Amino acid sequence: MAELTFKDIIKPENLAYTKSKLMTDNVMHYCPGCGHGTAHQVLAEVLEEENLQSKTIGITPVGCSVLMYNYIDIDFQEAAHGRAPALATAVKRLMPDKFVFTYQGDGDLAAIGTAETIHTCNRGENILILFINNGIYGMTGGQMAPTTLEGMKSSTSPYGRNVSTMGSPIKMANIVAMLPGTCYVTRQSVNTALGARKLKRAIKKAVQYQNEKRGTCFIEVVSNCPSGWKMTPVESNKWMEENMFPFYPLGDIKVPEEK
Amino acid sequence: MAKIKGAVVIDTERCKGCEVCVVTCPMDTLALAVEVNAKGYHYCYAANPETCTGCANCAVVCPDGVITVYKIKVG
Amino acid sequence: MEKELRLMKGNEAIAEAAIRAGADGYFGYPITPQSEILEYLMEANPQVTTGMVVLQAESEVAAINMVYGGAACGKKVMTSSSSPGISLKQEGITYIAGAELPCLIVNVVRGGPGLGTIQPAQSDYFQATKGGGHGDYHLIVLAPSSVQEMADFVEMAFDLAFKYRNPAMILSDGAIGQMMEKVWLKPQKKRSEEILPWATTGKPATREHNIITSLDLDPERQEKFNQKLIAKYREIEEHEVRYEEFMTEDAEYLFVAYGTSSRICQKALQLARAEGIKAGLLRPITLFPYPKKRLNELADTVKGMLAVEMSAGQMVEDVMLSVNGKTRVGHYGRMGGMIPTPEEVVDNLKTFIKG
Repeated sequence: MAELTFKDIIKPENLAYTKSKLMTDNVMHYCPGCGHGTAHQVLAEVLEEENLQSKTIGITPVGCSVLMYNYIDIDFQEAAHGRAPALATAVKRLMPDKFVFTYQGDGDLAAIGTAETIHTCNRGENILILFINNGIYGMTGGQMAPTTLEGMKSSTSPYGRNVSTMGSPIKMANIVAMLPGTCYVTRQSVNTALGARKLKRAIKKAVQYQNEKRGTCFIEVVSNCPSGWKMTPVESNKWMEENMFPFYPLGDIKVPEEK
Repeated sequence: MAKIKGAVVIDTERCKGCEVCVVTCPMDTLALAVEVNAKGYHYCYAANPETCTGCANCAVVCPDGVITVYKIKVG
Repeated sequence: MEKELRLMKGNEAIAEAAIRAGADGYFGYPITPQSEILEYLMEANPQVTTGMVVLQAESEVAAINMVYGGAACGKKVMTSSSSPGISLKQEGITYIAGAELPCLIVNVVRGGPGLGTIQPAQSDYFQATKGGGHGDYHLIVLAPSSVQEMADFVEMAFDLAFKYRNPAMILSDGAIGQMMEKVWLKPQKKRSEEILPWATTGKPATREHNIITSLDLDPERQEKFNQKLIAKYREIEEHEVRYEEFMTEDAEYLFVAYGTSSRICQKALQLARAEGIKAGLLRPITLFPYPKKRLNELADTVKGMLAVEMSAGQMVEDVMLSVNGKTRVGHYGRMGGMIPTPEEVVDNLKTFIKG
């Protein structure tokens, strides 16, 4: 048998993976290797596979992902810094049949928006909060975030985070898991294909729980910031595995009882 | 024994050369090019295309969605 | 619910009028002197009758951002607060203005600055009419002077807000919020089921995705957007000015006052007339747009205008801008929750006349 040529393989019937149709053609503004892009695509895949385009309202934060609305072809609202869960609360209450999610970074969700995060979870709003935790303020140029690790350098902790004066890194997923309003709290990653596939399964569960009106779903994605951390993308992922994952361990923190 | 052959199509102009796909690939199929694209990035390409099994790990992890993967059973 | 005559507090009238106007949602946070609005709505529980959502938020900040979220879905949503709470809401209000969303914000004003007092004042005029938050924008501002108008202006504010895709504010004060008067309530309107073309309701195949945002990083486009906003405000100034006149035909001196102050000036007018002073009153109903043209016309026939407000002198600046030097303009104000008496106002008019 003749050896298969490249042309023989790349036929439509042999397609194994291509980016979601819900991703627009706009080139994402993220730095090379940034986990936001992978997280966006995983989310878009779920929305496409679950046929949710016409039912979804997404809320974007202030932070690097503020322009997320340019990349996924669904209706979006852009919130003020930290307020996405408040917007999502109203959207879901007024249109209970829609799929509503917020997409927030650590500065947005765990610093300025802490009150909105906690009270939205405490009310058990039937929304998904997708929390990208890279331990730094990316958009404004690499300042210390509430999730910055102890000793970690940033532009506002140039000698490393000193917990005696700057406080300790905050584990938001563990905090909201204590609230009766949350039904599903999990911590995932997107730096490997396995991680991205697990995140996809987690988002699918969140869609199911939102349909079942089980309460707030909170998915943290421990991610990287090569530019803010001043590393190459590959180095940043390695650093994340060695330093972020031990402090923010991956896996489910709270799962609802099966119905 | 049935064998799986894969192939990747890479939109090199949209690639930012982050190299995440290269380290993810279990078959050492991918590498960064010496040349750069219009944006100045050393884009990724299939340096050893014959090793590709179409597992799609590279495409799943690519932050910019520039990789399309095909696979076919042979034999 | 049919048309109905009731004795109500101003705050309660707003709440009942909102239900009857077919509002989709109210998001609030308690603060004196307007907590009755949230209390009334919680007790009325319109979720089970009209389907109107009523939610007590964790803060004024959250409440105004819930309004943003609801308004971005094209829903008829509102919030209410009093001065310190409205200060907290300013961030959300400027985002709402920047995203061109319709909504209603009620401010039952109390004295400031800071925690100030819980007594009525009119010291939030600048904040309400000149923007309030950052950036170039205006709210449509309505100033009721009776419990009846508290009720009537709810629907008017929603109509104007949706007509222009702009946030509207009812600028009331603790006196009108707390006083009881009879009020005719309109029959219950059905909540609208219309899906607005710009609203985020889930993207069907038939249109592009809708994005509600106030962000544009391109300065040229952002300036064009600012110009578009200004053109909208000019159009509002052209078409939506509302005011009321009392005895202006032969007036030699004109009181200019809104809300509670205008009620006091109506009495002061009678007292002044009894003493032979030909006084008149212009009561702006819309504070933005301001009745500039009419005041400018009246400046040709009167000898002077006295702005009476429960503030250190805020609206008086708009009177001055309106008359543009054509006539004398004075100011009399009380602050800190003090309400002027008609006698005081007349005494100050006499002082003003002497020059």
